[in-house]
This record gives sequence, C-alpha cells and structure tokens, in this order.
Amino acid sequence: MQKYANPHVFVKLASVVLPYVWALTAILFAIGLYGALVTSPPDYQQGETVRIMYVHVPASWLALMIYSLMAVFSAIALIFRHPLADAAAKSAAPIGAVFCFLALFTGSVWGKPMWGTWWVWDARLTSMFVLMLLYLGYMAIWRAIDDPHRAASIAAIVALVGAINVPIVKYSVDWWNTLHQPASVFRMSGSTIDKSMLWPLLVMALAYTMLFVALLLVALRGEIALRKLRSKRLAEVRSK
Amino acid sequence: MSAVRAIIARDLRLGARQGGLGTAIGFLLALIVLVPLSLGPDLALLSRIAPGIMWLGLLLAVLLTSEQIFQQDFEDGSLDLMTMTATPFELIVLAKAFSHWITVSLPLAVLAPPLGLMLNINIAQVPMIWVAMILGSFALSMLAAIGGAVTAGLRRGSLLVSLVILPLYVPVLIFGIAASTSGLAPETALPSFLVLLAITLVTLVISPLASAAALKAYLR
Repeated sequence: MQKYANPHVFVKLASVVLPYVWALTAILFAIGLYGALVTSPPDYQQGETVRIMYVHVPASWLALMIYSLMAVFSAIALIFRHPLADAAAKSAAPIGAVFCFLALFTGSVWGKPMWGTWWVWDARLTSMFVLMLLYLGYMAIWRAIDDPHRAASIAAIVALVGAINVPIVKYSVDWWNTLHQPASVFRMSGSTIDKSMLWPLLVMALAYTMLFVALLLVALRGEIALRKLRSKRLAEVRSK
Repeated sequence: MSAVRAIIARDLRLGARQGGLGTAIGFLLALIVLVPLSLGPDLALLSRIAPGIMWLGLLLAVLLTSEQIFQQDFEDGSLDLMTMTATPFELIVLAKAFSHWITVSLPLAVLAPPLGLMLNINIAQVPMIWVAMILGSFALSMLAAIGGAVTAGLRRGSLLVSLVILPLYVPVLIFGIAASTSGLAPETALPSFLVLLAITLVTLVISPLASAAALKAYLR
C-alpha cells in the first residue's frame, strides 16, 4: 500500500488499469441492462415501473458506500498522512453526490406513479436528502479554503463528523416517519426478492461500482495532475 | 482547571458586554412576527406549529451566533496562545463552547417557550418544551462550536457554517420536537428525552475533539 502512495507510481498504475475497468463497466452494464429491461418480468403490483429499481437501488447503495469510503479515506489522511488519501476522498465526493442525486431523482420518478407524489417526507428519503447535504457541505469546504493542506485537514474532520452523524440521522428519521418499503435484498432471513429480478439488480450494482472505480481513478489522476501543476507554478514564482 | 474557569469567566464577561444575546432575542422576536404574516393569523394553525417554530428559531439563532465562538480569538491571536498552555486545547475549546451555551443558547431556550405564547402555544406544553429545549440547546451549542471552528479562518464563512452544521442539527431537532409534543404525559415523552440526552452527551464528546482539530489545522 505504501508503494502506491507515490503519486507517480499510482498514475502509471491507474493508466494501465483504467481501460480494463472501463471495459468491465461496459460489459456489466450491457448484461445488467439487458436483464433489467428485457428478461426480468414486470412486477405483479408495480408493473413495468419496477424497472426503475434497477437504476435506483444501486445508486442509493453507492451513495452510502462512497460516503463511508470517503470517511475511511479521511481517517487515513488524518492519521497516517497518506498523500493520496485526501485526494481520493476529495475526488470521491462529487461522484457520491451525483449518485445520491440519481437515487433521489429516480426515486422521485418512481414515486409519482406509485405513491402518487414526487416527494414525501419519509424516513429514507429524508436521510438520503441529508446525506446529499453532507456531500455538498464537504465539497463546499474544499472550495472555500485556499490552502490545500489546510483544506484537506478541515474537510477530513467534516467528513468524519458527518460519518458519525449518518447512522444517527438514519435512526432518528426512521423513528420519525416512514413510508418507504424496508430492505428486501440484504436481510437476516434471506432475500425476499425473486431470482429473476435479483440477478439483474446485483449485476447492475456491480456495474455501478465499477463505474465508480473508473470515475474515481480518472478524477484522482486529474487531482494529482492539478497538484503537480500547482507545485510547479509555485516553484516558478519562487525562482523568479 | 483554573485556566478553564478563567476562560469561561472572560467569555461570559465579553458576551455580556458585546450584547450578542440581545441581538439573538431580537432575531427570535422578528421571526415570531414573520410567522403569522407568512402563514396567516389562524390561531388553531399557529397553536399546532408553535413548538416547531420556536425550535427553528432557537436553531437558527444558535447557528447565526456560531461565528462568535472562535472568530475574535482567532483573529487577535489569543487562540494561538491558548494552544501553547499546559491545559489541553480540547478543554479550552469545550470551555468556549460552554460559555456560548451559557451566554446565548441557554437564555434563548429559557425565553423561547414563553414567547411562544404569542403564537398561541398550548400552555400545558410549555414545561415539556422548556426541558427539551434546555437539554437540546447544549447539543446545539456544541455543534455550533464545530461549525465555528471549521470556518474560523474564513472571511465569508456564515453560509458555509449553515451547510455544514444544519445536517448535524437534524437528530437534535427531531427528538427535541418529539419530546416537546409527545402528549402531555411525562411517560410518553420519556424515550424522546432519553435519546435527546444521549445525543447531547455524544456531542459533548465529539465536539471538543473535532473543533480542536479543526482549529489546530488553521493555527498550524
């Protein structure tokens, strides 16, 4: 792990890996979308709108996973001063925010025919909304503070405090009000979702994850280039 | 410990002299006037939403004063000196957050429920709201300290504080409201009060650590 901490080594490695990641993403999306749109049956209650689930559920999983990942990166950056960890957390945030937005948006599109309204103040919707705000706050911190080292520390603290807050928000809104259906895929008693619907969903989740990995690598490469540019410019100014 | 006491005494004196509390109360009054103007003077409606409005007012007033906690001491260099004393910096930060609670949040929490009478608040609810607000206001001050610390070195930090801190206020608001309005029997309100107390204690632990770390990043 320390070996890949060298940004130069990392960029080289990323350039080698990236085409494969993109290819895998495309293949997984092709299989997943085929399964989701063609082979999987319409739901007996929801009809064809159930297909929104295949883009909605993985987006919400990813939104949650990316925030946790960001918190882990932030902790690594704060504790070990790993030079890539804060860059990774910074690059992951906008991607996570977009997935979070996608989850809210597709959920809204699904909610209109199913619940009869674009938006309800239900527990899950509210906690996803708050998660979105946490993403935005984190990104705003990076933008507001000019000095990158200082911004990294402050943003890491904000991410970690937010990470402590996410489960508290989740349970508080759960107690507060609820309409969204409970989890049906990951449960102690086994999945309640039918196999013909489960496999496209899982393939789509994998496809989303690979898409995230690809986007993260691209964003990280850009971030590293940006930092290099900044230090070069600073060196130029100093030499004058 | 004497250093902590001295800081609290100094901040209380500063707070009394600079009148941050007066402005905060003025803000609360202005908000109360705006509510019937925007929602209509229907007394039944106002009575139903009054606890929520009072909580919202408390929340926003605490948020708006969060910059006071560290900004001045950061700008004139006092905080820099405080990091060099033998007293742990976390304790100093806690002392400052505590003074903010005493000077702003606590008086507002004490005053807000009676002011709610202007919004036709159910008078039987007032004692519950009082207890919930006093308990919750401590958590609000602790979280405001995080916001103040995170934006201490920024020129235009106030909107950023809102974006960073308001999501953290969500649990306090939910359980504060639940405790305030969960019927008039104390037994039904007890679980909400206990959770509110738990959240308050969690913020008491997290806030000094996070705020001190953020301030140190600025002071480095």
